[in-house]
Amino acid sequence: MKSYILPEFLIDRDDYRCIRCEVCVRQCAFDAHWYDEEDDEVRVDEDKCAGCLRCVTFCPTNALIVRRNPNQIPENANWTNEVLHNIYKQAETGGVLLTGMGCDKDYPIYWDRIVLDASQVTNPSIDPLREPMELRTYLGAKPDALEIGRKKGKSSVLTKISPQLRLETPIMFSALSYGAISYNVCESLARAASEFGTYYNTGEGGLHRDLYQYGDHTICQVASGRFGVHADYLEAAAALEIKIGQGAKPGIGGHLPGEKVSAEISHTRMIPEGTDALSPAPHHDIYSIEDLAQLIYALKEATHWEKPVSVKIAAVHNSAAIASGMVRAGADIIALDGIRGGTGAAPTMIRDNVGIPIELALASVDTRLREEGIRNRASIVVAGGIRSAADVVKAVALGADAVYIGTAALVALGCHVCQKCYTGKCNWGIATQDPYLTKRLNPEIGTRRLVNLLTGWSHEIMEILGGMGINAIESLRGNRLRLRGVGLSEEELRILGIRHAGA
Amino acid sequence: MIRIVPKEEFCIGCRLCEIHCIVEHSKSKNIVKAYKKENRPIKRVEVEEEGHVSFALQCRHCEEAPCITACLSGAMQRDAESGAVINDPERCVGCWTCILVCPYGAVRRDEAERKVVGKCDLCPDLETPACVANCPNEALVIVED
Repeated sequence: MKSYILPEFLIDRDDYRCIRCEVCVRQCAFDAHWYDEEDDEVRVDEDKCAGCLRCVTFCPTNALIVRRNPNQIPENANWTNEVLHNIYKQAETGGVLLTGMGCDKDYPIYWDRIVLDASQVTNPSIDPLREPMELRTYLGAKPDALEIGRKKGKSSVLTKISPQLRLETPIMFSALSYGAISYNVCESLARAASEFGTYYNTGEGGLHRDLYQYGDHTICQVASGRFGVHADYLEAAAALEIKIGQGAKPGIGGHLPGEKVSAEISHTRMIPEGTDALSPAPHHDIYSIEDLAQLIYALKEATHWEKPVSVKIAAVHNSAAIASGMVRAGADIIALDGIRGGTGAAPTMIRDNVGIPIELALASVDTRLREEGIRNRASIVVAGGIRSAADVVKAVALGADAVYIGTAALVALGCHVCQKCYTGKCNWGIATQDPYLTKRLNPEIGTRRLVNLLTGWSHEIMEILGGMGINAIESLRGNRLRLRGVGLSEEELRILGIRHAGA
Repeated sequence: MIRIVPKEEFCIGCRLCEIHCIVEHSKSKNIVKAYKKENRPIKRVEVEEEGHVSFALQCRHCEEAPCITACLSGAMQRDAESGAVINDPERCVGCWTCILVCPYGAVRRDEAERKVVGKCDLCPDLETPACVANCPNEALVIVED
């Protein structure tokens, strides 16, 4: 069948600069470049270009420009190029449209409509370079009240404190499963989290035996497929997370194709080599809050009540009520994943149309838990679209205890957000299991880049806090008075619980 | 002395080490000019590749270097200061004996100017050899003896 799909990108090669070194040919796993020996020319097959810019980045003479194909179908506001291309694709294949990464649709990004406050004249700002600034964050259930005892003039806390996670910055790495991403990415995340004093999350792919040494900085996930869940796995973790849903694909399960289930992944996930790893959409033992409570307590019992248990849900319409149920079911941490949360593979229609923006979910969950007087019983961690230190600060002021970063961490490792993760041919060596490609990410470099990112963001958070006259992130948590909306409707302001700028 | 150690597990086979080696040993040291206008020098580092396994190999600067022993004209010598095994093209007669005895295949014919051999000289003009400095994945590292 003749395909009507036009190449998404065009590759321009400056012949004056091209030295025929073939670096582009060797770097492209999609085979968009090839060397024509007969004519001594490097030629392109633009249909195959994913637009990941690996070739552009590695070309030693800057001879390449990859640009969007200007030959677009005459579009209109309703029938956009993307819509038309999707229809052609489906007319040619009859398949479900697949994609990777987070939703790229033009839904409002509330972080960009919220501005922060600063101290002027009447309250002093603080210079974080001269004065101590505290970003340390504890995640877990906090007691309703503290009972202090006094013995022989010495005071001590009598209340038993639930297990807590100690973070040196309110940023953790999101759940990224071994299988969706390569071992080298997992190692980079684990080592960076350990080095910086924060946590990474295994996702649902189990924990590779070589990464048990980083267990103190690992959140181990228990998802609907229960891949790689066994006693040692639970023991190794600093905290456990029950994954109910994922922001990129709320309500649906996962599917790791058999080709990606190598010997190592098969061993880690405890499934036969080469078989598809199918995560069911629901947990088949959780059909109610009471069922969830059973699993939470089973996990707590299995780990001697020494580790906090988190429950992760995708942000959906009823998040606030569900979160209330989760807290009452015994969750120590509520993880919310918004519509912009990423994935290795999801049906495009689900990714782009299901779920709600994380800012609104966060505000409504925090408000609801406060109203019910149970906010202290669980920490809130938000994920899905945290792009910068400013987003982190705004999330904390809206009520989050900490954030998860997934896409931002992968971008630090080289990801160019081409959204072709589902092909398994990631040229940056991230979302692939091909040994030729996974080598491209050296965990030494990966760790350094991630630690640098956390360091940079933490410095920026301190600067912003200092400007507001706050010397500890704790003092900003849920302090929505330091936020103002710009260009938001009354309803949006009401849900976010903030006032409009100028008010 | 310094040694260049390849890390096979991180070599991605991009061959940027070879390209930058050629440029560093070219007359102009300009990448486009070296490739397009000049008599291109040979690469003194070569990426060995089979399947997904690859690593870059250059002269090991052996402690007991067979090439020095075998050299007919005394062109192949150890540099007293750096400890590197260096070929003096002025004295090299192009007999290729060193090529025959090198256990690594790290000495090559360089016929760009006149018939001599070319091999890694650890880039005496640079602080870090070009192959190491330009490896995008740190698959070539410097170890000091």
